[in-house]
Amino acid sequence: MTRRIALRPLARILEARQKGENPDVIEQENLRLRHEQERDKMRNRAESRLLMLAICFFAAFLTVGLKMSTLAASEPEEPTSAISASPIVSTRSDIVDREGRVLATNMVTNALYVHPHELIDPAAAAAGLAAIFDDLDEETLLRRFSSGSRFMWIRGSISPEQTQEVHDLGEPGLLFGPREMRLYPNGALASHILGGARYGEQAVNAAEILGVAGVEAQFDAALRDPDNTDAALELSLDLTVQAATEEVLAGGMALMNARGAASVLMNLHTGEIISMASLPDFDPNARPRPLVEGDQADSPLFNRAVQGVYELGSTFKIFTAAQALEEGLVNPSTMIDTRGPLRMAGFSISDFHDYGASNSVTDVIVHSSNIGTARMAQMIGGERQREFLRSLGLMDPTGIELIERDAGRPLYPSRWGDLSTMTISYGHGLSVSPLHLATAYSSLLNGGTQVVPTILRRDEPQLGPRVVTEEVSAQARAMLRAVVTDGTASYAEVEGYAVGGKTGSADIPNPQGGYYEDRVMATFASVFPAHDPQYVLVVTLDEPSIVMLGETRRTAGWTAVPVAAEIIRRAAPLLGLRPEYVDPESGYELSSASQ
Amino acid sequence: MRGFLTFIAAIAVVALGYWAYHQNIQTQQAIREINRLQHAIGAERERLGVLRAEWAYLNRPDRLRELVELNFERLGLAPMVPAQFANIDEIIWRPETPIGQLEDIQFSASQPLPAPQEVSP
Repeated sequence: MTRRIALRPLARILEARQKGENPDVIEQENLRLRHEQERDKMRNRAESRLLMLAICFFAAFLTVGLKMSTLAASEPEEPTSAISASPIVSTRSDIVDREGRVLATNMVTNALYVHPHELIDPAAAAAGLAAIFDDLDEETLLRRFSSGSRFMWIRGSISPEQTQEVHDLGEPGLLFGPREMRLYPNGALASHILGGARYGEQAVNAAEILGVAGVEAQFDAALRDPDNTDAALELSLDLTVQAATEEVLAGGMALMNARGAASVLMNLHTGEIISMASLPDFDPNARPRPLVEGDQADSPLFNRAVQGVYELGSTFKIFTAAQALEEGLVNPSTMIDTRGPLRMAGFSISDFHDYGASNSVTDVIVHSSNIGTARMAQMIGGERQREFLRSLGLMDPTGIELIERDAGRPLYPSRWGDLSTMTISYGHGLSVSPLHLATAYSSLLNGGTQVVPTILRRDEPQLGPRVVTEEVSAQARAMLRAVVTDGTASYAEVEGYAVGGKTGSADIPNPQGGYYEDRVMATFASVFPAHDPQYVLVVTLDEPSIVMLGETRRTAGWTAVPVAAEIIRRAAPLLGLRPEYVDPESGYELSSASQ
Repeated sequence: MRGFLTFIAAIAVVALGYWAYHQNIQTQQAIREINRLQHAIGAERERLGVLRAEWAYLNRPDRLRELVELNFERLGLAPMVPAQFANIDEIIWRPETPIGQLEDIQFSASQPLPAPQEVSP
C-alpha cells in the first residue's frame, strides 16, 4: 500500500513562505498526485475484477461444454428418480379355481436362436441340435445355417434340461432369449374352459402371450393388463369336482361305448359353473391344431357342452309341463289324454310304450309320454311356448364368458307351426347345447328366477326376472323327483341326495334327412337335492350303446343316468353337501301339499 | 472483518459443495441399491412362481390319483362317499378323555362355552 500523501506538509509550506511563494500551489500539486494515485488503484481493481469475471465465465462455459460433450457421447438413459414399487415379473395373470388352486400360470423358459455367422463348427452344431430335438433334421439345419442369413429361430420355448444340453454343445453362435411360457399344471383338466395360449409378437428378449380359446381368449385383455399381474382370475370351477367329474365321465363314456360325452354341473342359485367337461379333450400345454377337413365336432378342441347344439329330447318335457302349470291350464293331477298315435299334418307322434288312455300330468312326465306332452303344448300354443322357452334362455346363445359361446347358438325352425310346437314340446326340432339345458333347468327349479351361467366366481345368488312362480318350481321339482323314484331314471337314486331329473334319448338326425334308427343322444338333466335344490347336473352321451340284461341298450335311463348318478355320488360330498336320509314318504310332502 | 467474512463465505461454499456432492453420491448409491433389491425381488418372485407352478404340478389330480393307487395297501384311500358325513355325537372320542367331561363340551353358540380348565383333560 502506498503512503497517503499529505496535502500541506508543514516543512515545505514553511520553506515556501520563507521564499515568498504561494503555499497553495504545493497543496494543489499534492492534491493532483493524490488523485493520480487513487485513479491507478481503481484501475487495478477494475482490471482484476474483469479478469476474475472472465475466469468465472470461462469456467461456466467450460462446464456446460463438457456436460454437453458427455451427453452427446454417452448412451441415453431414463432418469430413475421414480422407481415403481413392484417390478413386473410375469406379464400374464394366473387363473385359479374357486379355492385358489392354480389352473394356469407362467414359467420362465428360454427361446433358442442362432447367429449362423458366429457358429464355429456349423456341422457339429446342426448334429448336436438334431440329437437334442427329435423333430429337427440335421441336413435341413445345416442348409439353413449356410444360407447366408444372420439370424434364425430354432425353438420358441425349450425346457431347462434342453437348455443345459444346448449349453453343453459349447457353441457361441447358439443364443438364448428369455421366454415366459404358459403352463397348465393339471394337463387336460378343464381344457375346454381354459382354452390355451400361443406366442404373439416375438423379439429376442421377450414375446407376448395371446389367449386362443376359452377364458384365456375371453379375458385376454384383462389377463395381460400389467395392473392385474398380482390378481389372479378366479373361476367358479372346483378343481376336485372337475377332476372327479372328468374321471367318472371318461369311465362312463368308455363303458357305454359312446363317441363323446359332456357334463355341466351348475349352482342353480348363483349360475356358477362348478364343473364342465367335454370328452374327448386335449392338453392345453400342447394344443392340437384345428381339423382342416371333416366335421369340427369330431375334433377334441370342440366343446360339446358349449358349442355343440343337439336335440336333447324328452328333457324338454318338464318345460312344457311347467308352462302348462304356470298358465293355470292344468295342475299336477289333471288327466291328459294319452291315446296314440297322435296324427298331425301327416306326421304321427307315438310313445315308447302304450301308457293307457289317460295319465295325470305327473305321470306324463314320469313315463315320458310324447303324446301327453304334445297335447299340453297344443293347449299352450306355439307363440306362448316360444316366449316361455326364450325366457328360459333356450333361444339365444348362453351368456357364459367363453369365447366359444356364440357358436352354441340354438337352432330352431324359422316357421314355428303347430307341428313344431308339438315336437319341440318333447325336445325335437329345437337344438340347444347341454349348457343351455342346465341353465334352463336352473332357472326353472331354483324357485323360478332366471339365471345366466357364469364361469367366474360369485357369492350372491342371481335374482333375475321371474320365469315361473315358486309353487310351479316346487311342483316341477316334485315331478322330476318322481321320475327318479317311479319312472325312467331309477338308476339315478343316490342315497341321501334326493336326486330328481328327466331323461332324454333323442334320435340323432341323419345329414341325408330323417333320423338314424340306432344312434341316440342320451341326456340326463338332474337337480339335487330335489327338496332343497342346490345344483343342476346335465350329462349327455353321444351314441352310447351297452349290452345289459341280454339286450343292446341305448336309452338315457340305461346309459346317461348311471353315469350322472356316479358323478353326483362323487361330487356332492366334495361340494360339502350333507346327505339327508329322509324316508321317501316325507320326502314327498312337497308334492302332496301342492296337489 | 471483510476478509474474515470472505473467508467464511469461501469455507461455506466448499462445505456446501461437499455436502451437495455427498448427497448426490448417496442418492446414486441408494438408487443402485434399490435397483439391486428390485432385481432380487424380481428373482425371488420368479422363483416363487416356479415353486407355485411346481406345487400345482405335483398336486395335479392325475398324479395324486396315481399315488393313491400305488399306496393303496398302506393308506387305503378311496374317494369320498356320502356315508362319511357323520353327526357330532357319532364321533368316537379319544379313550383317555373321561366320559364325564364329554358333557361339558358344547357346540351351541347360544350357551356360553365352559371355561378352558374344565374342558382340558
